[in-house]
Amino acid sequence: MTAKVITVTSGKGGVGKTTAVANLATALAMDGKRVVCIDGDIGLRNLDVVMGLENRIVYDLVDVIEGRCKLKQAMIRDKHLPDLYLIPAAQTRDKNAVSPSDMVRICNDLRPDTDFVIVDSPAGIERGFRNAIAAADSVLVVTNPEVSAVRDADRVVGLLEAEEKGPPSLIINRLNPNLVKNNDMLSAEDVLDLLGIRLIGIVPEDENVIIGSNRGAPTVGDAKSRAGQAFRNIAKRLQGEEVPFMDLAPQSGLWNAIQRFAGRK
Amino acid sequence: MGFFSRKRSATSAKERLQLVLVHDRTDLTPGQLDELKDDLLKAISKYIEIDPEAVRIELEKDGREQRLVADIPLKHMPRHRAG
Ligand SMILES: Nc1ncnc2c1ncn2[C@@H]1O[C@H](COP(=O)(O)OP(=O)(O)OP(=O)(O)O)[C@@H](O)[C@H]1O
Ligand SMILES: [Mg+2]
Repeated sequence: MTAKVITVTSGKGGVGKTTAVANLATALAMDGKRVVCIDGDIGLRNLDVVMGLENRIVYDLVDVIEGRCKLKQAMIRDKHLPDLYLIPAAQTRDKNAVSPSDMVRICNDLRPDTDFVIVDSPAGIERGFRNAIAAADSVLVVTNPEVSAVRDADRVVGLLEAEEKGPPSLIINRLNPNLVKNNDMLSAEDVLDLLGIRLIGIVPEDENVIIGSNRGAPTVGDAKSRAGQAFRNIAKRLQGEEVPFMDLAPQSGLWNAIQRFAGRK
Repeated sequence: MGFFSRKRSATSAKERLQLVLVHDRTDLTPGQLDELKDDLLKAISKYIEIDPEAVRIELEKDGREQRLVADIPLKHMPRHRAG
């Protein structure tokens, strides 16, 4: 085995990086892959709560770097999937405790017996971003169909090109089909046309994402969730499968009403 | 336009982003682009007569590539060479 290291980044904060990492890592593990995710957001640790693993943390990334524990000791095993691990970020230390070469070294140590290492990047284009992309074999840029998120995504794509990390693939998150239909939200085509990079997935706005993070159980585990389906599809594409893009046309009012009646909404 | 604009918001979002991204990527402000145009026009006017009003110089984007596109119509001039 030699792992592929995938970094999820965005420029703008709050667009869904951590959500994407938790869901993609879980989906890949559900497909039988050995997956380690690394929370690169030093000081603002979140991946642990989104994955429901916050009570199991003993050591973190900075403990590994500073030699207080072995790499294996900082890898927290998922509650349900035996081949899914999290290396949590340090909560109390400053970002300078981690350098790009530390990230490269840790990822290289993980490569031999892992299929995928997924790194959650902090927002911004500073040191934390540089650390997060240092070891990446490929980068996923997450954006929302919204002006500031797209603008920041474009900046990040430019920086990745300059670092010769590119070309990244794009995840458009929180697309609202009804708004797009009324031409009050940028469509996926608009965003792709503006950014000019390859699309790997479109994730609809879905309340199940919030419900999932409340429970510490990523949405991909919920067979009925649309966002979960979108993330499962992206995970397949990361494994080299060709999966058609979901039909995100708004469901009719009647269809919605029936679903609500049937207790599915 | 303005208050009674019937353009839906996604259309303005796209148009505004198109402009912003072009300037972000080239690191040229709209003001600097105007200066560049003036300098270019001055240089060209040294050799041929042009109508500054008809000139169009714009940054355009093609995928992730940027180019500076200039459309400079030449003034029609009566031949004054003897012959
Ligand atoms: N497809 C979606 N539908 C609904 N809510 C979503 C969706 N994706 C993300 N969210 C919500 O948006 C919020 C921000 O998501 P998340 O924490 O993943 O973003 P982030 O990019 O990691 O933020 P930060 O830059 O602060 O690290 C969360 O509350 C999350 O539940
Ligand atoms: Mg995050």
